[in-house]
Amino acid sequence: MAARKTTRKTPAKSNTSKDDLLAYYRDMLLIRRFEEKAGQLYGMGLIGGFCHLYIGQEAVVVGLEAAAKEGDKRITSYRDHGHMLACGMDPKGVMAELTGREGGYSKGKGGSMHMFSKEKHFYGGHGIVGAQVPLGAGLAFADKYNENDNVTFTYFGDGAANQGQVYETFNMAALWKLPVIFVIENNQYAMGTSQNRSTSTEDIHTRGAPFGIPGEIVDGMDVLAVKEAGEKAVSHCRSGEGPYILEVKTYRYRGHSMSDPAKYRTREEVQKMREERDPIERVRAMLLEGKHASEDDLKGIDKEIKDIVNESAEFSKESPEPALEELWTDIYADVAPQEA
Amino acid sequence: MATELLMPALSPTMEEGTLAKWLVKEGDTVSSGDILAEIETDKATMEFEAVDEGTIGKILVSEGTEGVKVNTPIAVILEEGEDASAAENVSSGSSEPAETKEEASAPAAAKPEAEAPTELKVDASPDWPEGTEMVQTTVREALRDAMAEEMRKDESVFLMGEEVAEYQGAYKISQGMLDEFGPKRVIDTPITEHGFAGIATGAAFGGLRPIVEFMTFNFAMQAIDHIINSAAKTLYMSGGQMGAPMVFRGPNGAAARVAAQHSQDYAAWYAMIPGLKVVMPYSAADYKGLMKTAIRDPNPVIFLENEILYGRTFDVPKLDDFTIPFGKAKIWREGDDVTLVSFGIGMQYALEAAEKLAEDGISAEVIDLRTLRPMDTATVIKSVMKTNRCVTVEEGWPVGSIGGHISSVLMQEAFDYLDAPVINCTGKDVPMPYAANLEKHALVTTDEVIEAAKKVTYR
Repeated sequence: MAARKTTRKTPAKSNTSKDDLLAYYRDMLLIRRFEEKAGQLYGMGLIGGFCHLYIGQEAVVVGLEAAAKEGDKRITSYRDHGHMLACGMDPKGVMAELTGREGGYSKGKGGSMHMFSKEKHFYGGHGIVGAQVPLGAGLAFADKYNENDNVTFTYFGDGAANQGQVYETFNMAALWKLPVIFVIENNQYAMGTSQNRSTSTEDIHTRGAPFGIPGEIVDGMDVLAVKEAGEKAVSHCRSGEGPYILEVKTYRYRGHSMSDPAKYRTREEVQKMREERDPIERVRAMLLEGKHASEDDLKGIDKEIKDIVNESAEFSKESPEPALEELWTDIYADVAPQEA
Repeated sequence: MATELLMPALSPTMEEGTLAKWLVKEGDTVSSGDILAEIETDKATMEFEAVDEGTIGKILVSEGTEGVKVNTPIAVILEEGEDASAAENVSSGSSEPAETKEEASAPAAAKPEAEAPTELKVDASPDWPEGTEMVQTTVREALRDAMAEEMRKDESVFLMGEEVAEYQGAYKISQGMLDEFGPKRVIDTPITEHGFAGIATGAAFGGLRPIVEFMTFNFAMQAIDHIINSAAKTLYMSGGQMGAPMVFRGPNGAAARVAAQHSQDYAAWYAMIPGLKVVMPYSAADYKGLMKTAIRDPNPVIFLENEILYGRTFDVPKLDDFTIPFGKAKIWREGDDVTLVSFGIGMQYALEAAEKLAEDGISAEVIDLRTLRPMDTATVIKSVMKTNRCVTVEEGWPVGSIGGHISSVLMQEAFDYLDAPVINCTGKDVPMPYAANLEKHALVTTDEVIEAAKKVTYR
């Protein structure tokens, strides 16, 4: 599957280059437009089941991918479209998986919540809240066992942070010094339950301290802050000092899933975030104020992104449904179709 | 170009809804994220947001309309520079409704017809060449030898679990392995089954071949989400891109006097799951040959051992590289009058019963399934075609049991050969009691197997 190359290996710099800023803008915009299109296709009945959009949280994955190198791994929950686009997976393959078509990353058998790319070291896409946390530590375990310097970005939300297996994993990751970065994407709502109604601690990253895992809060609406924190965490992990926690404070504009009436927060709260803290507007303003780009340049990028997204939507409609034989494939790694 | 705005599906089950309220009017300019309308779905009242920017050209469905079908045009949006006349001339553009999906034709979707008994594929080849030297070995030693041999051959194989390293194994299965392979490959875990099962599964995604020891399978209930949702399903969910080549092993079923929470047989639970392979051997030779196969298998394998069998001695062939394939049952004793089918420790009741039945002139054929998924039903069917009678034997509970599954297979594929209903001898439908006398009765007994065999042979 052809894929867009977006990851860069720029070393940490206090002054972000024009090219980097443009790349972050482009990558975040791709996620936003892609998710808007996914929401639209859902409304048309082309996407079924559960569909969790990433709108508002774009700076988190784009910032952290900017701190990654080839070989690093990533794993996340079911709100996974942004992570896949940010690590360079093909928007066509992602959208076609959402519509359950043959051209999807899982041949239409996984759907929105269960997608993978071995090529891009993306290990899912997991539908069970918190399950990706020990799995991510296990990927890091494999890298340590194989004695390379890769790290694994293990993303989970403030909701998952109350699952027991997270702390079982913190314990072993610290004990065995696993090269895993736990990224808590704190969007403040576990489905419809706000953090102050679900979580005894104010700052979730402090829960790593009893295990000896350092952590910090990061402004998840600022891609540059995320990248900088990511670089610090990566260097800690790569040098063999064990796990690191980034609690990235972010916000999702849309509902938990497509069928969320969002009665647990006010429209004003969402509107305020969109108007004052939007991660894409922030970079857009930096580009314009720094004279790195003109309105026309940005319009050009918008157009380019719109074309990519439209192309992915077209592909996701044109790609055929999987052949019925696919029902019986991929159950066992060593068994030919129809012989299971 | 003007585009139609369609009634959206706002939940997985919504087919129609009420357009409760318009929050915009014709002529309003909207941008992405603006709330256009409130729509009542089958579950709740939802806000409907604009995706594209433009001007509301025409509202087609007025507020308060009930029963608006999903994908009905409800408004027209004009792009920058278009006037209202464009609203009359609408392109369906990017908003054509989802096409009606053709009904999948049932025959193509169904699994191929079960093979007729005449086409049974039975592998009756011997497990080792005739004349092979045999060595008396305990099940415990056979397991350790199998793991150690595979670890010598493949650096990516490692053992992890509670007390597997310094303590030498809670049941001494891993005795000596820490000395030989070191702490990198023989790893003591904290008591944290859910967590280490997840870490091991992640390590398997990452290319290693973990062997996870559960001190007993009772504790694996804490980890069953990772065994099933993470290990067994990932290959399918990823369209074949990645899976979990690994072994989950440990003692399963009743030991002695450890009561309800430590005495459960999980054979039928795991055998139900597509994506898992499930092994439950009886003899030391099978423990060794099947464990080596399990470690090499590219799928997650559940290897169900038995504490009472660990110390039992059997002949094991002295061969450099001895394996037993999955999906091949073993006929321990040939007979003509009744087929006894069992696996794991159930085999001891089946073999004892066969011995006593012979004294009464009843010739029992005894089949050890050895692997439960894939299951060698062909060997069972072939035997029943000869004996016309079948009794299954297992320690697990009766509801949803392995025996129940075999009965169903025989009914569907060898109905005309059966001269009596199949009887399932199982553990009793109760939690395991502690008291010695009650415990004995809670398990299946040899006498029950004998009685069942006499009943199906009408003796």
